[in-house]
Amino acid sequence: MELDLAREFYRKMLLIRRFEEKCVELYSKEKIRGFLHLYIGEEAIAVGIMDALSPEDAVFTTYRDHGQALARGIQPNRILAEMYGKVEGCSRGRGGSMHLFDAHTHFYGGNAIVAGGLPLAVGMALADKMMKRNRVTVCIFGDGAVAEGEFHESLNLAALWHLPVLFVCENNGYAMGTALEFTESETNISLKAAAYRISSRQVDGMDVVAVAEAAQEAVSEIRAGNGPVFIECLTYRFRAHSMFDAERYREKSEVEEWKKKDPLLLLHQRFPNIDIDKYETEIVQIIDEAVDFAENGTLESIDDLEKFVYSCEVIP
Amino acid sequence: MSEKITYREAVRKGIREAMENDKRVFLMGEDVGHYGGSYAVSMGFLELFGSERIIDTPLSESAFTGAGIGAALGGMRPIVEIMTVNFSLLALDQIMNNAATLLHMSGGQFNVPLVIRMATGGGKQLAAQHSHSLEGLYAHIPGLKVLIPATVQDAYDMVALALADPDPVLIFENVMLYNIKGELDTEALPLVIGKAKTERTGKDLTILTYGISLFKALEAAEILSSEGIDAEVIDLRSLRPLDDETIMNSVAKTHRVMIVDEGWKSGSISAEIMARINEQAFFELDAPMGRVCTVEVPIPYASHLEQAALPSTEKIVTMGRKLMEKS
Repeated sequence: MELDLAREFYRKMLLIRRFEEKCVELYSKEKIRGFLHLYIGEEAIAVGIMDALSPEDAVFTTYRDHGQALARGIQPNRILAEMYGKVEGCSRGRGGSMHLFDAHTHFYGGNAIVAGGLPLAVGMALADKMMKRNRVTVCIFGDGAVAEGEFHESLNLAALWHLPVLFVCENNGYAMGTALEFTESETNISLKAAAYRISSRQVDGMDVVAVAEAAQEAVSEIRAGNGPVFIECLTYRFRAHSMFDAERYREKSEVEEWKKKDPLLLLHQRFPNIDIDKYETEIVQIIDEAVDFAENGTLESIDDLEKFVYSCEVIP
Repeated sequence: MSEKITYREAVRKGIREAMENDKRVFLMGEDVGHYGGSYAVSMGFLELFGSERIIDTPLSESAFTGAGIGAALGGMRPIVEIMTVNFSLLALDQIMNNAATLLHMSGGQFNVPLVIRMATGGGKQLAAQHSHSLEGLYAHIPGLKVLIPATVQDAYDMVALALADPDPVLIFENVMLYNIKGELDTEALPLVIGKAKTERTGKDLTILTYGISLFKALEAAEILSSEGIDAEVIDLRSLRPLDDETIMNSVAKTHRVMIVDEGWKSGSISAEIMARINEQAFFELDAPMGRVCTVEVPIPYASHLEQAALPSTEKIVTMGRKLMEKS
């Protein structure tokens, strides 16, 4: 891989890392409320996957969506303003951290019902196939989604109808606080996808290069009309599930062990020439600007409360 | 041009014309293709439109309803058929958490022009997992529109009305109506979503109803008429939005109200209508309002028990007499 691309990956992963660290700080200051699910540790997946997409492709993801939104190119200003509940936010303050949306980048949210986004991605891909648009729909979800019926229903439909969907499972080993071994009879998730005759593989989700290569390959397969592809990314969440998690379900030593595989660390080891300090400085500025933007944002008038329930006015 | 056709033929004609007029429209659901539709609405469509547009789905209500939402987001105009209203509960997550919320959660960026049709209602001895009337439950949800065609005209018109709407629309087709014949005027201007229709004018009593209960109410009104009670019968047509204006105007005229609803009483659309009349037209009332609803049991199999549970012409007549006694 070229150094330039490695630098770009590093910069994007660092942006996600520092952005979320700021979110934690702002959460403690009660600037951000509601649920806040951090992606720290999993940054390689969003960055590697989004790199393979073209601007027209569609993205569906989960409530742990800051990383994907940033990697897809939604402005940090608009994401932070959303968490502040401001009208300048990417969902006008109606969605919050879990429901980031952006029409310009075809970013269809932030779904907070586990596995709820999979059928939507299947439908989007169905529309693309029917309209003969050469697009890929990426659908990102966690290992918890695998236990839901919608996971199995959706994989079956995508395979049955040969739809252009890239399923990406971020397997961080825990559905909230319950380890995969306590919830799945078969813990190799890629095998489940293979059972639906979907081209399926496991990759090291801590290695952004590996994720990016797998994603490039998958997207080419899909664009060639070979139907859906499934990538299971083995990863780890360094932080708690959300801000209300005492983490009684895992050992500190396990977290420390995984931190040795920190995606930023791994990439820097491979490309020692990346000038980290330069990016740190640049990102501090971006984040400071985002905080300013969110702080100075507008709270929507309560007169507009009932907007966006319907596209046009209806008889009350 | 006016013709006499069945309710089934009317729905079928509505869908066929929509598919002929708009390439984005397609039909998806269990047994809609090779089988021809569990109530034969789409019989022959597979041959007519091909398997790309008449899509047989696996028994995956949640995934194919969700796929309908996704396809709507992607610019198509899907019609999702759910075989029976009770099965729609398997897709309730998608209907309520996605179809109804996406426009709002996205701050107005993503609307969902999806039509979901489902067969509903009791009367065929299909017991407690195939016979319920859950339209009132769906009418509780902001973001959805809930239509109930009672007449052949509406069965036809509502397909196009729902497809023209930018937001998710649910259409409930009562299973007892599919074989009923009625007049269809294909040149008539369709009545918009959210407008009720006065099917019989009267001055003594307002009967508010929808779906198959409309015909029971009209029959009851004739019997009451022979006893000197002049009932006005209004077909609500849409449970969300409700046509408050037509309802309140009629209350102001008759000062007496009966609601006939095939749903259960508790937490029902009939309760909502009573509450609205209470809020908006309390001083117009000359007597407490009355309701004829389904008895609060899961629908039983045995015919006599099932019939005893459902609203009937007789129950409506009895309630009509009772309301006129009070002053």
